[in-house]
Amino acid sequence: MKNVISKKFADRFMHVSFFCIAATSIFVLIAISFFLFYEGLPVFKSVSVKDFIFGIYWYPTSDPPDFGIFPLIIGSVAVTALSAAMAVPLGVMTALYLAEIAGKRLREIVKPLVELLAALPSVVIGFFGMVVVAPFLQKTFDVATGLNMFNAALMLTFMSVPTICSISEDAIYSVPVSLKEASLALGATHWETICRVIIPASISGISTAVILGISRAMGETMVILMTAGGAAMIPGSIFDPVRPLPASIAAEMAEAPFRGDHYYALFATGAVLFIFTFMFNLLADYITHKYRQTGEGSL
Amino acid sequence: MNKPDTTEKCSIPGKDTGCECSKPLKQKRVLTQKFMFTMLYIAAAINCIALLVVVFFIVGNGWQAITWTFLTQPPMESMTKGGTLPCIIGTLCLSLGAAGVAFPIGVSSAIYLNEYARQGKTLRIIRLGINNLAGVPSVVFGLFGLAFFVIKLDMGVSILAGALTLGVMSLPVIIGTTEEALKTVPDSYREASLALGATKLQTIFRVVLPAALPGILTGGILGISRSAGETAPIMFTAAVFFSPNLPSSFFDEVMALPYHIYVLATAGTEIEATRPLQYGTALVLIALVLGMNMLTIIYRAKLRRNN
Repeated sequence: MKNVISKKFADRFMHVSFFCIAATSIFVLIAISFFLFYEGLPVFKSVSVKDFIFGIYWYPTSDPPDFGIFPLIIGSVAVTALSAAMAVPLGVMTALYLAEIAGKRLREIVKPLVELLAALPSVVIGFFGMVVVAPFLQKTFDVATGLNMFNAALMLTFMSVPTICSISEDAIYSVPVSLKEASLALGATHWETICRVIIPASISGISTAVILGISRAMGETMVILMTAGGAAMIPGSIFDPVRPLPASIAAEMAEAPFRGDHYYALFATGAVLFIFTFMFNLLADYITHKYRQTGEGSL
Repeated sequence: MNKPDTTEKCSIPGKDTGCECSKPLKQKRVLTQKFMFTMLYIAAAINCIALLVVVFFIVGNGWQAITWTFLTQPPMESMTKGGTLPCIIGTLCLSLGAAGVAFPIGVSSAIYLNEYARQGKTLRIIRLGINNLAGVPSVVFGLFGLAFFVIKLDMGVSILAGALTLGVMSLPVIIGTTEEALKTVPDSYREASLALGATKLQTIFRVVLPAALPGILTGGILGISRSAGETAPIMFTAAVFFSPNLPSSFFDEVMALPYHIYVLATAGTEIEATRPLQYGTALVLIALVLGMNMLTIIYRAKLRRNN
């Protein structure tokens, strides 16, 4: 009897310990936001929130320094939007190809290749952009520098395509076969079925994929740091160099005096970036749960 | 002009082949399909080509740099000659250290999520936390590592701080793959074990985990490869431009392959002259990372075939 009770107690104890460990992720997330704000908020002693976010001059080392991250935000948004314009069609189309058209053989070749694309270290992609794509762009388009917004967006595309592709593919795969069969039986071609039945049925999964892909592109650091050119100004064309948020943090942190205004400003920049990606992730989570595919009934 | 007519006739089953006026329409539909399928095919091909181009380019330019000296000597003459040994050792220390941190926590989290947790608010919140952690930008992990491990816990710029930062970052990868592995263990195993009188804990450790072990190890390898390739999280927490000695303890700062590439390519004194070294370092890094990934992919394919 005693044995049974202690066994039950042990089980209960393990349940609680496993729960505590599982909660680590949340604690880490809370700790991340805490430290970003803890080290970032002091910057607002010397600049107002409005001047920080909407100020158009980022000269952190001049005297007096200017901490306006508006050009950095615009840089981030512009690069991300441009890369999304390329990555979303490419990713979703690849997912459609893999889920609907590719034969078993080809699928087993293409899918691992896309996974390996995701595994390429970002610094290697950035390096490739620097030494191969930049000179090519400079020559082909006759622009001042090959390290610009377009180069960065192009490299980012290949970082976010795998994310978009694999999540969309899962969504497309989980569309019930009966729906597809019904459409084909009505005389629709395979393409018409994809476009009018399969895509609408999996649109929530595809949107999640797109949002997560964009969020990944926005937070990517090394590629942006090495290929975007690094000029903290509002870009006039897609061949202008930009300095998105992550690039600014990564490039300047080493030089910023410890707990000086510049140091605080960089942490505050990190907090802004964190808020952006956090929003994207929350949105993705919301869509997944709100419009969850549960079979034919929910369509 | 009489389009509605055509569609009406075509929708009559069995008649569309015999109906003459539907032929152009049908042809158009088939052509559209052919065109769109070709586009999808091209999209898929672009990704594969992109990967192959990057890999071939790095391999093609880098293989000449790979010599015995390159792999076993430290950099010399202000990093314009010599090898990458300290970087390789540093990257191994960091990624294995990160796995040492993330693996136990990740596997236990996955056990909770798959074996203990019931559907409900708590589970939803934990999942939200994990998903959001997976989406945190790598440079933000770097900032966190700097503020928390390096400064607050006073570890300084060290292997320990870097490994902890990378460990936290690779946690979602390990949780995800472990959970997938646990899901493939049939419920009948668990029921059989419980029916024999084993406790839940015994069932998990003696039945479920051994059955899921290969999948869990796959997750571990993926975690290591992810940590090995990351640069931004170690920039402020562990990596240095150059250090003449190999690390002797966990509190030493180190050189690391990804950071070495970045430094050589952007901040060196002679960027053009060290190109071969840059390609060589990049080749070592992608060989390491893609090698580990290939291993897991091949292994998974084998598992699928056995099922």
